[in-house]
Amino acid sequence: MLDPKVRAKYKVSIGIECHVQLKTKSKLFSGSDNDARSAAPNTLVNHIDFGLPGALPVLNREAVRLASKMGFALNSRPQQFSKFDRKHYFYPDLPMGYQITQYDQPIIVGGSVDIEVDGKRKTIGITRAHLEADAGKSIHPAGKDYSLVDLNRAGTPLLEVVSEPDMHSPQDAKAYVRELYLLAKYSGASDANLYYGNMRFDVNVSVSTSDALGTRTETKNLNSFRSVEKAAEYEISRQIELLEKGERIVQETRGWDEAKQKTLSQRGKEEANDYRYMPDPDLPPLILDDEYVAKIESAMPMMPGEWRRRLESLGLSKDAIETLIDAEVEEGQVAYLSLIERLLKTPQAARQIANWQINVEVPLRRENKLEGNLKDEDRLNIYQTAYELFTSGKMNSNQTKDFLMLMMNQNSVPADIEAFATDKGLVQESDEGEIGKIVEEVLAEHAKVANDVKNGEIKAIGFLVGAVMKKSQGKANPQLAQKLIKIQLGL
Amino acid sequence: MSQWPPIAEIAAQVKAKKLSAVDMVKQALKTIAEKSEYQAIISTLPDQALARAKAIDSSTDGGRLAGVPFIAKDNFLVYGPDTTAASNILKGFKAPYQATVIEKLESEGAICVAKANLDAFAHGASTENSDFFTTKNPHDKTRVPGGSSGGSAAAVILDMVPFALGTDTGGSTRQPASFVGCVGYKPTYGLMSRSGIVAMASSTDTVGTLAKSVEDAALVIDVMAGKDHLDATTIDREPDGYDISCQLDQGLRGKKFAVIKEYMGEGLASEVREVIDGVVKKLESAGAQVSEISLPSSPLSLAVYYIICPAEVSSNLSRYDGQRYGYSDESAKDLQESYDLSRGHGFGKENKRRIMIGTYVLSSGYYDAYYKKAQTVRTKLINEFNSAFESYDFLVGPVAPTTAFKIGANAADPLSMYLSDVMTVAANLVGIPAISIPAGKAGDLPVGVQLMARQRADRDLLGVSRSLEGILK
Repeated sequence: MLDPKVRAKYKVSIGIECHVQLKTKSKLFSGSDNDARSAAPNTLVNHIDFGLPGALPVLNREAVRLASKMGFALNSRPQQFSKFDRKHYFYPDLPMGYQITQYDQPIIVGGSVDIEVDGKRKTIGITRAHLEADAGKSIHPAGKDYSLVDLNRAGTPLLEVVSEPDMHSPQDAKAYVRELYLLAKYSGASDANLYYGNMRFDVNVSVSTSDALGTRTETKNLNSFRSVEKAAEYEISRQIELLEKGERIVQETRGWDEAKQKTLSQRGKEEANDYRYMPDPDLPPLILDDEYVAKIESAMPMMPGEWRRRLESLGLSKDAIETLIDAEVEEGQVAYLSLIERLLKTPQAARQIANWQINVEVPLRRENKLEGNLKDEDRLNIYQTAYELFTSGKMNSNQTKDFLMLMMNQNSVPADIEAFATDKGLVQESDEGEIGKIVEEVLAEHAKVANDVKNGEIKAIGFLVGAVMKKSQGKANPQLAQKLIKIQLGL
Repeated sequence: MSQWPPIAEIAAQVKAKKLSAVDMVKQALKTIAEKSEYQAIISTLPDQALARAKAIDSSTDGGRLAGVPFIAKDNFLVYGPDTTAASNILKGFKAPYQATVIEKLESEGAICVAKANLDAFAHGASTENSDFFTTKNPHDKTRVPGGSSGGSAAAVILDMVPFALGTDTGGSTRQPASFVGCVGYKPTYGLMSRSGIVAMASSTDTVGTLAKSVEDAALVIDVMAGKDHLDATTIDREPDGYDISCQLDQGLRGKKFAVIKEYMGEGLASEVREVIDGVVKKLESAGAQVSEISLPSSPLSLAVYYIICPAEVSSNLSRYDGQRYGYSDESAKDLQESYDLSRGHGFGKENKRRIMIGTYVLSSGYYDAYYKKAQTVRTKLINEFNSAFESYDFLVGPVAPTTAFKIGANAADPLSMYLSDVMTVAANLVGIPAISIPAGKAGDLPVGVQLMARQRADRDLLGVSRSLEGILK
């Protein structure tokens, strides 16, 4: 472990490049299916992806729309003029011998991402984001003298988001990549599924004892928030240790070894590559008019930043808010925020329902314990009924949770939800006559305690209430029980 | 005299069942066989062509080109035989899809009967750079037919078919047309789809039409022109069409022509100059106004072209890596060796020369000095031509500095071979339409005259070419 005093001498700078896979139906420059998750190798390949003679790229409009949305999510807007360039290198998974990318005039220029680390807000600058086509996948079977190439991924549309070196700790880096993930999800630009490599991160780390940036290393192809944090942490320590020993940092590409939790130098493949960029003559410049851009801007969904402001105004805790923000876009989860949005005019109801979402529905869905298949409209109805029954005292908080668990497991909502809940024994007994009889019996059975309460030992009333609850099999409204006990004891 | 009636007539007769498509195909194949000594053809597709012909004969509407046989330069992807681009690296490559223009011609009943020779990957001006053989000029077997579409041009003059397809990237259709004496048309850039054509230089590649008359060429052009969803650089076609039957303005009287001064100076063979001077006189006597114009940047166009073209060539030829299709050297022990040997043995000398020049001009540190500067001059050239077209309707000049040269004459000197393109490359760099029309002879050898028009003025250019052709006969 690095001595914290030594660590403190160094200023850390981290910049991150992230490849976001855009969720288009077809590839960036061809009509082939873009969803390679369950396809057999080389089945989603046409003459363009395969780089046949005479095949020409034709830009996918949807990719431009999604990249534009991501641009707005990054606090930027798409450029009116951008163009495509060829980046040349030879590799078997690059069929044309060049990658089509945007070199000097990308679709997104400038932007920012806000993060919060340890309660402190920071703004991370976005340098640019450009459209490019992914390469295929190379597989090198161990112990074999051949490699395999799968071109299903060749031509998949990527938006490479390049940040400024504005992060200064592994925690900053982690917060940034999480926020980028949320922006990609909320904007609808990407499925952002990390398991399927929909987002891949290259982390540039440098350390310096002055304000000037030190020599950086780039750790490529990280695929989780945690690995970004760990790789940054490892590189910071490694670089500081080298400098402390009087050695120099080599500017290089490194890889992350998940098993060893280490970065490793990756020499060889990319030695002094000259990519010989040139404008792609097959693709006219991309020109987006004001009307097009305005239309995309006006259709932007609400981003996490705005959600946080709204949820904070309801008085929810930071943790609660982040739970909802995450859950909203998790696999297997459902819409939460749009339900709350409809209740913003009644903040108390909105806050209570948000808390039930966080404490009941989100955990159940995370554990796959809910099988019901309800529409959002039905779920809203259930939450609103729960809120009415709870605030009118017809349900206590445990009953409300049980009620929600039961209801969320239905496939449809009964016409009379309250009757249904009563049937299931989830509504409190509030009939004074009914409870009065039970109180009478309890006071008779526990005459000594009743006497103590009567004589001023008021704390003991809890025991009597408990006895009433037990006798009513939990159905009695405890406040009502207490009131009747007092009346019968003449207090 | 040609054995082929005008194309429109063949189609009309086939539709009227007075001629049979099968006979047309048989006639074409027979002529191809008889004229094999000229080595214009790389492959024929008899079974496929006859099957298509039978289908057309039994249909009620064979289309506007019903039963018309044609030959495609072997850099067009066509089902059937190998598509080689006359390169060893594509030997054995069978097209799994067809060029858009081939599809369009076929949908109107035209029948591809053979694939013509070219300089490998269209790199050249004589067909001597073909990896297979050199095509001979029909007028003199010791001379080249020009190139790179030399096989297609020769095929038309050898009367194998009524028309042939070439490509024109720097003059590859117009120059051979001039050398063999047929019409060679280069359209506005983007008027016809490049999809399914082996790319040479993407920013100047166009589909060339080689035919015996402007009328024949115009009909074929009308069928091929228009936007294609497979080529993002294509433009909308003229709503009025390009065919002679679409009331093209064919008048010469009052039209403003300008002879390009720089094309008539040093380096132009005197016998070619005489023919062009003769054309100017005939234009004047037909009532046209002919002036002279100086385009001061035009002498730079060859230098610009031989930077931009190799740059794009080096990029476009990257895909031929021996890994997925075409020639792959089996003796390679690892990936790098497979690249080195497959490309080393697969590409010819001229291909390699252009790959090296292109790689050099795109290298970091040299990009600004070469590629970027060339693009700047290209813009200047475009501006000069545009302003010329503010004053004139058409520009006139020779197609090439000489008539067809002897086989081997320029083989040892690539620069003198490149000079053959000096009068044709500007139209490609600027993207304007241009045509070579037979204008006379110097001795036994044909000489063509070149006309150019403003971008998208293909319709006007075809109209005026038709009239000029009439007074030159």
